[in-house]
Amino acid sequence: MMDMLITILSGLSIAIGVIALLIGSLGLIRLPDVFCRIHAVGMIDTAGASFIILGMVIHQGFSLVSVKLLLIGVFLFFTSPIATHAVAQVAHKMGVKPVGRDLIKKAPAAPVVKNGPTKNGSAKNASVKNTGTKASAASAKRKS
Amino acid sequence: MMMIVAMIACAVCLVMALVRTALGPTAFDRVLAVNAIGTLIILGISLHGFVMGRPEFVDIALLYAILNFIGTFAVLKIFSTGSLGDNSAGSK
Repeated sequence: MMDMLITILSGLSIAIGVIALLIGSLGLIRLPDVFCRIHAVGMIDTAGASFIILGMVIHQGFSLVSVKLLLIGVFLFFTSPIATHAVAQVAHKMGVKPVGRDLIKKAPAAPVVKNGPTKNGSAKNASVKNTGTKASAASAKRKS
Repeated sequence: MMMIVAMIACAVCLVMALVRTALGPTAFDRVLAVNAIGTLIILGISLHGFVMGRPEFVDIALLYAILNFIGTFAVLKIFSTGSLGDNSAGSK
Protein backbone atom coordinates (compact mmCIF):
# COMPACT_ATOMS: atom_id res chain seq x y z
CA MET A 1 0.00 0.00 0.00
CA MET A 2 2.75 2.41 0.99
CA ASP A 3 4.87 1.43 -2.00
CA MET A 4 1.95 2.00 -4.32
CA LEU A 5 1.31 5.43 -2.78
CA ILE A 6 4.98 6.38 -3.19
CA THR A 7 4.96 5.20 -6.81
CA ILE A 8 1.80 7.16 -7.58
CA LEU A 9 3.07 10.32 -5.91
CA SER A 10 6.48 10.23 -7.59
CA GLY A 11 4.94 9.40 -10.96
CA LEU A 12 2.48 12.27 -10.65
CA SER A 13 5.20 14.72 -9.71
CA ILE A 14 7.45 13.59 -12.56
CA ALA A 15 4.49 13.85 -14.96
CA ILE A 16 3.86 17.48 -13.91
CA GLY A 17 7.55 18.20 -14.40
CA VAL A 18 7.55 16.59 -17.86
CA ILE A 19 4.55 18.69 -18.91
CA ALA A 20 6.33 21.84 -17.69
CA LEU A 21 9.49 20.83 -19.61
CA LEU A 22 7.56 20.28 -22.85
CA ILE A 23 5.65 23.56 -22.53
CA GLY A 24 8.84 25.44 -21.74
CA SER A 25 10.83 24.11 -24.68
CA LEU A 26 7.88 24.65 -27.02
CA GLY A 27 7.83 28.26 -25.87
CA LEU A 28 11.58 28.46 -26.38
CA ILE A 29 11.01 27.65 -30.04
CA ARG A 30 7.77 29.54 -30.69
CA LEU A 31 8.09 32.84 -28.80
CA PRO A 32 9.31 35.82 -30.86
CA ASP A 33 11.93 37.58 -28.71
CA VAL A 34 14.72 37.12 -26.17
CA PHE A 35 12.64 38.74 -23.44
CA CYS A 36 9.73 36.42 -24.18
CA ARG A 37 11.90 33.30 -24.36
CA ILE A 38 13.25 34.06 -20.87
CA HIS A 39 9.81 33.16 -19.52
CA ALA A 40 9.93 29.76 -21.20
CA VAL A 41 13.44 29.05 -19.92
CA GLY A 42 12.34 30.09 -16.43
CA MET A 43 9.55 27.54 -16.65
CA ILE A 44 12.03 24.80 -17.62
CA ASP A 45 14.47 25.79 -14.87
CA THR A 46 12.08 26.19 -11.96
CA ALA A 47 8.87 24.22 -12.52
CA GLY A 48 10.20 21.33 -14.59
CA ALA A 49 13.44 20.74 -12.70
CA SER A 50 11.85 21.21 -9.27
CA PHE A 51 8.97 18.80 -9.90
CA ILE A 52 11.18 16.11 -11.48
CA ILE A 53 13.68 16.33 -8.61
CA LEU A 54 10.80 16.19 -6.11
CA GLY A 55 9.54 13.05 -7.82
CA MET A 56 12.98 11.44 -7.63
CA VAL A 57 13.27 12.36 -3.94
CA ILE A 58 9.87 10.78 -3.22
CA HIS A 59 10.93 7.69 -5.16
CA GLN A 60 14.22 7.40 -3.30
CA GLY A 61 13.10 7.99 0.26
CA PHE A 62 15.37 9.52 2.87
CA SER A 63 19.04 8.79 2.16
CA LEU A 64 22.23 10.56 1.10
CA VAL A 65 21.16 10.51 -2.54
CA SER A 66 17.93 12.31 -1.76
CA VAL A 67 19.87 14.93 0.22
CA LYS A 68 22.09 15.50 -2.81
CA LEU A 69 19.03 15.72 -5.04
CA LEU A 70 17.50 18.31 -2.71
CA LEU A 71 20.81 20.21 -2.87
CA ILE A 72 20.61 20.23 -6.69
CA GLY A 73 17.00 21.40 -6.49
CA VAL A 74 17.74 24.24 -4.10
CA PHE A 75 20.75 25.30 -6.16
CA LEU A 76 18.77 25.35 -9.41
CA PHE A 77 15.85 27.09 -7.71
CA PHE A 78 18.07 29.95 -6.58
CA THR A 79 20.58 30.28 -9.43
CA SER A 80 18.53 29.95 -12.61
CA PRO A 81 16.37 33.06 -11.95
CA ILE A 82 19.63 34.93 -11.33
CA ALA A 83 21.05 33.64 -14.63
CA THR A 84 17.95 34.56 -16.65
CA HIS A 85 17.81 37.97 -14.98
CA ALA A 86 21.45 38.53 -15.95
CA VAL A 87 20.68 37.51 -19.54
CA ALA A 88 17.81 40.03 -19.64
CA GLN A 89 19.93 42.77 -18.11
CA VAL A 90 22.86 42.27 -20.49
CA ALA A 91 20.53 42.02 -23.51
CA HIS A 92 18.82 45.28 -22.52
CA LYS A 93 22.18 46.95 -21.94
CA MET A 94 23.52 45.83 -25.31
CA GLY A 95 20.53 47.34 -27.08
CA VAL A 96 18.19 44.48 -27.94
CA LYS A 97 14.74 45.99 -28.41
CA PRO A 98 11.66 44.15 -27.12
CA VAL A 99 9.31 43.22 -29.92
CA GLY A 100 6.14 44.48 -28.24
CA ARG A 101 6.98 48.17 -28.53
CA ASP A 102 7.35 47.92 -32.28
CA LEU A 103 3.90 46.34 -32.51
CA ILE A 104 2.37 49.15 -30.43
CA LYS A 105 4.10 51.79 -32.53
CA LYS A 106 3.15 50.19 -35.81
CA ALA A 107 -0.55 49.83 -35.00
CA PRO A 108 -1.61 53.55 -35.09
CA ALA A 109 0.89 54.43 -37.79
CA ALA A 110 -0.37 51.82 -40.21
CA PRO A 111 -2.07 54.20 -42.74
CA VAL A 112 1.06 56.37 -42.87
CA VAL A 113 3.13 53.30 -43.55
CA LYS A 114 0.59 52.25 -46.14
CA ASN A 115 0.70 55.59 -47.91
CA GLY A 116 4.47 55.74 -47.85
CA PRO A 117 5.35 52.84 -50.13
CA THR A 118 2.58 53.65 -52.60
CA LYS A 119 3.85 57.21 -52.95
CA ASN A 120 7.39 56.03 -53.28
CA GLY A 121 6.30 53.34 -55.64
CA SER A 122 4.39 55.75 -57.82
CA ALA A 123 7.33 58.14 -57.78
CA LYS A 124 9.67 55.33 -58.70
CA ASN A 125 7.31 54.21 -61.41
CA ALA A 126 7.08 57.77 -62.67
CA SER A 127 10.84 58.14 -62.69
CA VAL A 128 11.15 54.80 -64.40
CA LYS A 129 8.56 55.90 -66.91
CA ASN A 130 10.40 59.17 -67.42
CA THR A 131 13.68 57.46 -67.96
CA GLY A 132 11.90 55.00 -70.18
CA THR A 133 10.44 57.77 -72.28
CA LYS A 134 13.80 59.54 -72.35
CA ALA A 135 15.50 56.37 -73.38
CA SER A 136 12.86 55.70 -75.99
CA ALA A 137 13.16 59.27 -77.18
CA ALA A 138 16.94 58.92 -77.35
CA SER A 139 16.62 55.67 -79.21
CA ALA A 140 14.09 57.31 -81.51
CA LYS A 141 16.53 60.15 -82.12
CA ARG A 142 19.28 57.67 -82.83
CA LYS A 143 16.97 55.82 -85.14
CA SER A 144 16.07 59.01 -86.94
CA MET B 1 8.43 3.53 -15.94
CA MET B 2 7.71 7.21 -15.43
CA MET B 3 11.41 7.97 -15.30
CA ILE B 4 11.96 6.47 -18.77
CA VAL B 5 9.16 8.71 -20.08
CA ALA B 6 10.86 11.66 -18.38
CA MET B 7 14.19 10.75 -20.01
CA ILE B 8 12.55 10.63 -23.45
CA ALA B 9 10.89 13.99 -22.76
CA CYS B 10 14.27 15.41 -21.73
CA ALA B 11 15.73 14.22 -25.04
CA VAL B 12 12.90 15.82 -27.03
CA CYS B 13 13.24 19.12 -25.13
CA LEU B 14 17.00 19.00 -25.66
CA VAL B 15 16.54 18.71 -29.42
CA MET B 16 14.13 21.68 -29.36
CA ALA B 17 16.57 23.80 -27.35
CA LEU B 18 19.32 22.77 -29.78
CA VAL B 19 17.18 24.07 -32.67
CA ARG B 20 16.89 27.42 -30.86
CA THR B 21 20.65 27.42 -30.33
CA ALA B 22 21.24 26.83 -34.03
CA LEU B 23 18.89 29.53 -35.37
CA GLY B 24 18.67 32.09 -32.60
CA PRO B 25 18.91 35.58 -34.10
CA THR B 26 20.98 37.19 -31.33
CA ALA B 27 23.69 35.78 -29.12
CA PHE B 28 21.49 36.07 -26.03
CA ASP B 29 19.04 33.53 -27.49
CA ARG B 30 21.94 31.14 -27.75
CA VAL B 31 23.09 31.80 -24.18
CA LEU B 32 19.54 31.23 -22.96
CA ALA B 33 19.17 28.00 -24.92
CA VAL B 34 22.54 26.73 -23.68
CA ASN B 35 21.40 27.46 -20.12
CA ALA B 36 18.23 25.44 -20.75
CA ILE B 37 20.32 22.62 -22.28
CA GLY B 38 22.44 22.55 -19.13
CA THR B 39 19.38 22.20 -16.91
CA LEU B 40 17.99 19.44 -19.12
CA ILE B 41 21.32 17.59 -18.99
CA ILE B 42 21.32 17.81 -15.17
CA LEU B 43 17.86 16.23 -15.12
CA GLY B 44 18.88 13.65 -17.70
CA ILE B 45 21.97 12.56 -15.75
CA SER B 46 19.96 12.18 -12.54
CA LEU B 47 17.18 10.25 -14.28
CA HIS B 48 19.71 8.03 -16.04
CA GLY B 49 21.26 7.14 -12.72
CA PHE B 50 17.88 6.23 -11.28
CA VAL B 51 16.83 4.20 -14.32
CA MET B 52 20.10 2.26 -14.45
CA GLY B 53 20.03 1.59 -10.71
CA ARG B 54 23.11 3.64 -9.87
CA PRO B 55 21.97 6.84 -8.10
CA GLU B 56 25.57 7.95 -7.54
CA PHE B 57 25.31 9.85 -10.82
CA VAL B 58 23.70 12.61 -8.75
CA ASP B 59 27.20 13.82 -7.81
CA ILE B 60 28.00 14.45 -11.47
CA ALA B 61 24.70 16.28 -11.86
CA LEU B 62 25.51 18.52 -8.89
CA LEU B 63 28.90 19.36 -10.38
CA TYR B 64 27.26 20.10 -13.72
CA ALA B 65 24.75 22.47 -12.09
CA ILE B 66 27.55 24.57 -10.61
CA LEU B 67 29.52 24.57 -13.90
CA ASN B 68 26.40 25.59 -15.87
CA PHE B 69 25.76 28.59 -13.62
CA ILE B 70 29.36 29.79 -13.70
CA GLY B 71 29.65 29.24 -17.47
CA THR B 72 26.54 31.30 -18.20
CA PHE B 73 27.83 34.16 -16.08
CA ALA B 74 31.29 34.01 -17.70
CA VAL B 75 29.83 34.24 -21.22
CA LEU B 76 27.54 37.10 -20.19
CA LYS B 77 30.41 38.98 -18.60
CA ILE B 78 32.48 38.61 -21.76
CA PHE B 79 29.53 39.98 -23.77
CA SER B 80 28.96 42.98 -21.52
CA THR B 81 32.46 44.12 -20.61
CA GLY B 82 34.73 42.46 -23.14
CA SER B 83 36.91 40.72 -20.57
CA LEU B 84 36.63 38.47 -17.55
CA GLY B 85 37.66 41.19 -15.15
CA ASP B 86 41.40 40.59 -14.84
CA ASN B 87 43.48 43.74 -14.52
CA SER B 88 46.49 42.62 -16.53
CA ALA B 89 45.45 41.84 -20.08
CA GLY B 90 42.03 42.70 -21.38
CA SER B 91 40.92 45.77 -19.44
CA LYS B 92 42.43 48.31 -21.84
